Order: sequence, then C-alpha cells, then structure tokens
Amino acid sequence: MSGVTQNVENVDDIDYSDIEAKYKVEYDDSFDNTLIVDGVPIIDKSKLERLLTKICKEFSRKGVPVKPDDIFMPWDESTGKSKGYLFMDFRNANDANTALIAMDNHPFDAKHTFKLNRFDDGEKYANMDETYVEPEIEEYTPREHLRAWLTDPQGRDQYVVYRGDDVEIFWHGKPSQCELAYKPDWKDFLYVSWSPQGTYIATLHRQGVRLWGGPSWKPQQRFAHPLVKLIDFSPCENYVVTWSNEPIVVPEGKPQGPQYFSPDDEGNNLAVWDIKSGHLLRTFSTNTGTEGAVKRQMQWPALKWSPDDKFVARVTPGQMISVHELPSMFLHDKKSLKIEGVVDFEWCPLSDKDRDEVEKVASVGAKGAKKAPENMIAYWTPEVANQPARVTLLSFPGRAILRQKNLFNVSECKLHWQNQGDFLCVKVDRHTKTKKSIFCNLEIFRVREKDFPVEVVELKDTVTDFSWEPKGERFAIVSTNDPNLGNPGPGITIKTDVSFYQLDRVKNDFKLLKTLPNRTSNAIRWSPRGRFVVLATVGSSTKSELEFWDLDFTLEDRRDGQVVKEDWGSSIQSLGLADHYGVTDVEWDPSGRYLATSASAWTHTLENGYAIWDFRGQELLKQIQDRFKQFLWRPRPRTLLSKDQQKQIRKNLKEFSRVFEEEDQRESENVNTELLALRRRLVDEWNAWRARSKKELGEGQGHDHAKEKQSEEDKEEIEVWVEEVVEQIEEEVED
Amino acid sequence: MRPILLQGHERSLTQIKYNRDGDLLFSCSKDHVINVWYTHNGERLGTYDGHNGTVWTVDVDSESRFFVSGSADNQLRLWNVATGKCLYTWEFPTAVKRVAFSEDDKQVVCITEQRMGYQCTIRVFNISRNGDGSKQSKEPAHIFNPIGSKATVCAFTSQPSIIFTGHESGKVALFNFKTGEEVDSNERAHSDVVTDLQMSPDKTYCITSSKDKSARIHDTKTLDVIKTFTTETPLNSAAIAPNKPYVLLGGGQEAMSVTTTSLRQGKFETRFWHKVFEEEVGRVKGHFGPINTIAVHPKGNSYASGGRMVLYEYIISMNRTSKRSLTVICR
Repeated sequence: MSGVTQNVENVDDIDYSDIEAKYKVEYDDSFDNTLIVDGVPIIDKSKLERLLTKICKEFSRKGVPVKPDDIFMPWDESTGKSKGYLFMDFRNANDANTALIAMDNHPFDAKHTFKLNRFDDGEKYANMDETYVEPEIEEYTPREHLRAWLTDPQGRDQYVVYRGDDVEIFWHGKPSQCELAYKPDWKDFLYVSWSPQGTYIATLHRQGVRLWGGPSWKPQQRFAHPLVKLIDFSPCENYVVTWSNEPIVVPEGKPQGPQYFSPDDEGNNLAVWDIKSGHLLRTFSTNTGTEGAVKRQMQWPALKWSPDDKFVARVTPGQMISVHELPSMFLHDKKSLKIEGVVDFEWCPLSDKDRDEVEKVASVGAKGAKKAPENMIAYWTPEVANQPARVTLLSFPGRAILRQKNLFNVSECKLHWQNQGDFLCVKVDRHTKTKKSIFCNLEIFRVREKDFPVEVVELKDTVTDFSWEPKGERFAIVSTNDPNLGNPGPGITIKTDVSFYQLDRVKNDFKLLKTLPNRTSNAIRWSPRGRFVVLATVGSSTKSELEFWDLDFTLEDRRDGQVVKEDWGSSIQSLGLADHYGVTDVEWDPSGRYLATSASAWTHTLENGYAIWDFRGQELLKQIQDRFKQFLWRPRPRTLLSKDQQKQIRKNLKEFSRVFEEEDQRESENVNTELLALRRRLVDEWNAWRARSKKELGEGQGHDHAKEKQSEEDKEEIEVWVEEVVEQIEEEVED
Repeated sequence: MRPILLQGHERSLTQIKYNRDGDLLFSCSKDHVINVWYTHNGERLGTYDGHNGTVWTVDVDSESRFFVSGSADNQLRLWNVATGKCLYTWEFPTAVKRVAFSEDDKQVVCITEQRMGYQCTIRVFNISRNGDGSKQSKEPAHIFNPIGSKATVCAFTSQPSIIFTGHESGKVALFNFKTGEEVDSNERAHSDVVTDLQMSPDKTYCITSSKDKSARIHDTKTLDVIKTFTTETPLNSAAIAPNKPYVLLGGGQEAMSVTTTSLRQGKFETRFWHKVFEEEVGRVKGHFGPINTIAVHPKGNSYASGGRMVLYEYIISMNRTSKRSLTVICR
C-alpha cells in the first residue's frame, strides 16, 4: 500500500489514507469454525482413508455432517504415524458449536473417546497470564432498610396510585399528614403489585418483573420472564411466581446463568424464583390438561404456598396434588398425593400463635424441644360413580388423613379458611334431585377442637359471596334467589340478602345474627382487624352503594360494666351509608382505619378515580382522575410486639391517646390560625382594593347617582369569620 | 321547602334579568318569547311577542320603563315594560347576541354576530326617553368592529364612553366606543369562550364566566384579575350577589358531550363561592340540564337560574350562624 502512495506522490499530493481506512476489508482471521479433536486412534497412513470415513459417519449420525476433505490430520514424520488428534473445519461457528456439544466425550470405540476443543481456545489458554492478581474487594455498602416506611413517626400507611402512565405513592394519615411519598419514573409496565408484607413493589414489564423497595425506591431485584402477565408472592416474601401466556423460548446467544431460563425450560410458562438471590428455581407448564375437552379457566394463583413458605403445591385436576419442597423445588418424598378426582385444595393458614412457635423453632434450631405444628391441607373430590363427594383434611408432611366428610348431590364446593385457621367453611352448592335448582349448605369444620366437629348451616338460596371475619368467630354471606342470577345483562342488578352468623359459645354452633334483606350488595369487606364490615355493590352501572356496619356497637358498655344479658344480634349497628359511583374495587387499609374505593379505567371509563373513607363512612378524600387504573394500600408485616406488650398498650391506651389528642389539638389550632391569618389578609386586601376603586370612582364621576351608590356600598363590608364548620346541610330539591 | 318553578318557556332559557327594584324578572328563551314575572310569587305578568327567532338577550332600564331585547331574527327591539308594546325595531344583517343599558339609561350597546361575511359589530344607540319612546334614531350613535376574536359579551363600565367586552378566544378588553379603539386588553383572561359578564353594583369590578371551567373577577379599570374561581365543569353564567360575599356560578356539560345519561355526569348545580376566599361554600341542585343563566336579586336575598325549559327561583338566606355552610331556604 505504501508503495502505491509513494508512486503517486510525485504526480499528485493526495492523501488517500482516510479512504483506505474507511474501505479497508476486515479479514476474518479467527478460527472459530475449527475444532481440535483429541482421542483419535493413532494409525499409519494406510489406514487413513478408513478412519476418516468412520469418523465422518460418526459425526453425521449425530447430526453434524463433515467431509473427509475438511479434516486435517497432522503426522509425526519421524515415526510415520498420526499424532492422535486432528483438526476439523466446519462451515461456520454455529456448526462448530453444535458439533462441540454433540461430540464432546463421544466414545469412538472401547479405547478411544473424543475430546473436542475450539481451536481458538488452545491459543487463548496458551496466552493466558498466569500471575495471580488479587481480586479487588468491593467496599461494603450497607443495604437500605427495606421496611423503613414502618418507622414513620406518625404511623401512617402508604398507598400507590397508578393513573395514565404515572405511578405515585402517597402517605395517608390525618388530613394535614397526607402527602406524596414518592413519584417514581417507571416506564412501560402493565400494573404494579405489592408483596404480601409490603416490603417490595413489583412492576410487570415486557422483559420481566422488577422489584423496588427501600426508602429510595431503588431496584431491588429482577426476574427475566418475557411477556409476564401475572405475579404471585409467597406469604413470607421468599419466593415469587410469574406466569405468561406465551411459552418460554430461549433464543440462542441469550445470557446464561442461574437467573435465566435454560433450554430445559422451553415451552413452560410458569416460573418460580428466589427473591433474595434472583435465581430461577423451577419452571412449570400450565397447559397440562390439553386433551381435556372442557378448557377451564386457569386458576390463579396456580401454585399455592404453605403459610410458612416451606412447601408449594399445585393441583392436577382429577389426578393429584403435587407438593414441592423449598428451596430445592423437588417433589416432596418424590411422589405426589394421588387423589382421584381432586378438584381444589387450600392450605390451612397459620394462626398468630402457630407463627410464634414456628419462629421459635426456627430460632432455636433443631434443639428446640417443641416441634413446629404441621401444615394442613383441605381438599375436595366430586361425586364419581358410586362414590359420594368428599372433603378431606390432611396433615402435611405427615400425610395423615385427619377428617373426612361425605357430601351428596354436590355440584360445586368452595373452601374458605378463617385467617387464623380456626375454622374451615366448605360452601357446598347442592342441586335438588331434579337438578333444576341450586341451594347451598355451609359445612363448618371447627379445626381447633378434638375430632374436628362439623356443623351444617342449611340455606335455601344461592350464596354468591362468603367471608370470615379476620381473627373472629363470625362470617357474612351474600345470598340471592334472584332469577336473573347467572344471566348478567346491562342494567340488571341482582337483589341480594346479606346475613351475619356468629359462633354461639354456649351451644357451640353457628347461629344467625341478623339478615339485611333486599340489598344489591355483592361484596363483603371485613376490616382487617375485624368488627367493622363494609357491604358494597361493585361492578354495577346503576347501583354503587357502600354500607358501613359495626358488629360490636354495644361492646364498649359491656366491657366496662358487668356482662349484660342482651339480645342475640342486637349489637349490630349501621354506621353510615355512602355512594361511590361506578366503584370497581373496595379495599381496607392494613390498620383497619380507612377504606379505599376506586373506579378503574380497566373496567369502565366513567368517573374514574378513588375515594378514601373512614370506618364510619365519612368521605375523607375524593379524586376523580381520567385514566385512573389502580389503587393499592401497602400491606404491613405482622406486628413485632409480643402478646404481653400488646396487652400492656391496650391497658394504658388512655395515656397514649392523651399524647395524640394533644398533638391533634395543637395541629388543629395551628391550621385554624393559619387559615384565619390567610383569610384576614384576603379580606384586608379586598377592602383596600375596594376603597381604592371607590375613591377613583368618586373622583371620576360627580353625578347625582354617586351618593345613592355610596350608601349602598357601605353595606358591602366583608365580615371575617372565625368559627369553623358547625354543620353542613344538604337538601334535596325535588323537581 | 321548594323553589318556585317558573314554567312558561318551551325551550332553553338564554338570559334572565332582575329589574333594579327586584320585583320583576325578565326571561328570554329560544322559543322566541320574552316573559316577565313577579318575583315574590312567581306569577307571570306577561309576555312580549314579536321576535321571530331565538331571543338571545334582554336588558331593562333602571326605572323599569323600557327594556331592550336582541334576537336571532337580526332585530334589536325596544319595548314598553308596562304595556308590552314594541316601541321601536332596529334591523341588522346578523343576529343580536348581547344588549346592555348604560347607567343613565340613555344609551344601549349591542353586539351583532359575525356571520355571512359580516364582521362582529358593536353599536351604541342613543335612546330618546321623551314621549312614549317610539321615536328613536335609526342610525347608531357609534359603531365599530372589534379586531381579532369576536366579542360575545359586553357592558358599560363606570368610566365614561368605555365598555367592557369578553371575547370568543377568552380575551377581555376595554373599548372606547366613541373612537372604536381598544383601550386595554387581557388576552389570557380565559382560555375558552367568555360566556357571561355581570357587573358589580358600582361597575368597578365585574365577573366573567367561561367554558374553560373558571370564573374570574376583574377590575374594570385596569383589567387585573382580582379573583379566580375554578370548577370542574364548563360555566355558562356567573353572578355577583350584592350585599353578600358570594358569587354564584352555573353551567354543566352540554348534553351532546355528556357520555352517559347519568345526571351526575353533568354537574348541573348552582355553585356558591366565597367572593374573597375563593372557596366553594355550597351547591344547590335542581336542574336536569346545564344551567344557562343565573341572576341574583338586587338585594341579594334570592336568585334565579335558568336551564332547559325550566326556570327556578330560589329565596336564599345565607345563614350567618352556620358560617361556612350555606342554607338555602326555598319557598
């Protein structure tokens, strides 16, 4: 090249070097399509042709055809024999890779086994720097406390609002303490979800799931599950399950590692991940019952977690329940629970006491004298042939059947555990002999008692919703005999009755407390601390009522005085009625002080937004926002206070509350004086401006109206109001 | 506890006006008729027939002797209040959208629509109050075309030969009608059409309402925005309650832009705002369609609101004991 430039130098002084640099052809001088094959038999030249045909045949059989021309066999000139290895050229690097995978460690014959290596690797390792370099130790930076939000001095709760493309996280407390906590700039996600104890918030992106947390809301973890649609956390926040309707594909050249899918996972669409390490634990396919004629809607969560995060189970309808151990994700005891006909199952939740014990065992270790209580599974099987339908309680991992109950004329069962695991209610939809109408039985198992006594509550109507009072002995049901049930149409609102039942301590059975007839309510929302309940009509275009009830209204008096013999069900009291037009979601905050209702744009586009109410049904906040999508309270973990500490607090509640009351008082005074000052200033400004313009008017005009006007204006002084709202009256004016 | 329902119009109300004494209420409507009512019992005193199109606007003089009306039949008419006789008719090429008397009752300003190649025009007529009033000069005393966006509302101010105008673009301006020049303007007073303009009793300030969902109090001399009242619905009318620290706002989503038949979507309520604190203090329900026009009694103890075919008259008492709340007592 330089010669050429020298030649033309005399003629013309043009420097072509830039053009040359631009159009310089890069020669591919790598040998990535070449492999070294070791372990080839040592032969002399006469046998060469036979050996090569044999080798080619072996390679072709494994799907990587080679021609004898592409093989180069080096020879030891002194002995005239081959060196026991050869070089093989492939069309491209891809073919070479496939051959490497297919033929490495291939037994050629009894004595010889092929060892394949890349040609480049030999060079690479030969040139490796052998001196040991001490790896640099990263400086330790303590992680942020993921539960920092619990240390809020005002004990406020947080909630997240997803509207349009924006997410905002707010504090909620007293009116003056409600403020924006954080406005993240997360982009392009489907929706957000809190983990069950509120530690993380997850966003579902095209590429996978991201977890955020800590006071600075930094990314905490990510799980690369493309096109993820659903997410479910384990109860103790150790694991997460993701699901996508698209089966997993592992494209070539994808990053490999424990955090990523491997080729074995292809075709599956359910994945279990470890939150702390971010590692993929296992994948499943949810399309097992493809040959089944009836394609049922997928259940979510598809995997059910035991309350202590030790096991996860999934049901193969009609066949078995498969329980996997964690963290290995192997089948427990290497076999599933084979239960013919099984439809559904539920884990028994842990009560607070159980949980304390589990924690104690975990902290003391194996030496702990007491064993942690066993888990329990409840499942049901429908009527098959001559077998009656059956509900079974099973201990796990002991796999002992604790209780079985046979049921007849069953068309559907639903299992409802009370959240402490004290009671199990099986809502049995039964059909009459003619199979024309459906009625409902509630089979209630008292789990804490010996032999698990079962009691039956028979109802004539269809029960559309059932809900246990958290930590309580009461439940509420929504029942209906409306003929329109089951054929929803526009404008049809189903008439329902709402009933409350309570455990009668004396007779030890469940008795009706009260029925509220002729409602339209279809959702029951108990306060997470029990006692208060909200009945809501959701998803209706015409009705959107919220009813706030207190089930222990007279309890206060009873605690102070001696036990008052009162009428059964007399302590139920309505606290308030409210209405949130187009409500789609109703949710209590974790403290049970506030209720949030929201109308999401995912369901309809009328008056989207959210409202927050106190437990009496007083509206505290209402936001109507276009394109509002999601409202979620941040859950709280279980209290860290022991039983005794809690009791102590309850005993000294008056002292504590005095501090808060003083604070409230101070604050409201503050607000009042601020407001008053502002108003006084406004009034002064207004009056000053009025005086000025009046003076100007007087100067500008001297005609006869002036006097008359002056007298009129004297009345127009604005008063300053000091008092606050006494009452607010709204009167309906009928047409 | 009911408002007085004044039934007499067959189509939407366009404007209502109390006379200076407050004993009469004038209403005009798209049904071509002007009605006058006794305010103390809601009885109809009479109608003024003659217009052949929507009557967009009325104004009555301070003696309740004459009143003028403007209509879509391109006419401006002068009427005798007591007899119901039409005294004089002016004809224009386009519809009359707004009329207003001057403080001394000797002049009338009117706005004609910009249409069919004719520009929006503001004319000032001298009104002869001699005799029975049927002898009026045909030609306007002053005439000019406001440049730019067309005027939608106007009124005389406290300053001589200055009128206050509101425009389609949301602009408010002061014009000297003698010279036709724009004295002052505020281009960004509103961001949408100015729908109503009502003066304070001494005309030193005024309130404008707009489709941009807000109402504003302006100084009529400097055009400064003194107060702003922001609501969540397009406003059609705003009124100042004399002797009371309130303003009344009315409006609502037009029927064609309401997505559902749900009443709650429209927000057809009269809103009471505190004039100085800029806070909403109460609402009065009653209408089943947008409120087109609101007027307050000169004494400030009752008001009327007009919507689609329905006119309500409320007697209001702003209860001083319940402070921030507002009790509306209706007869």
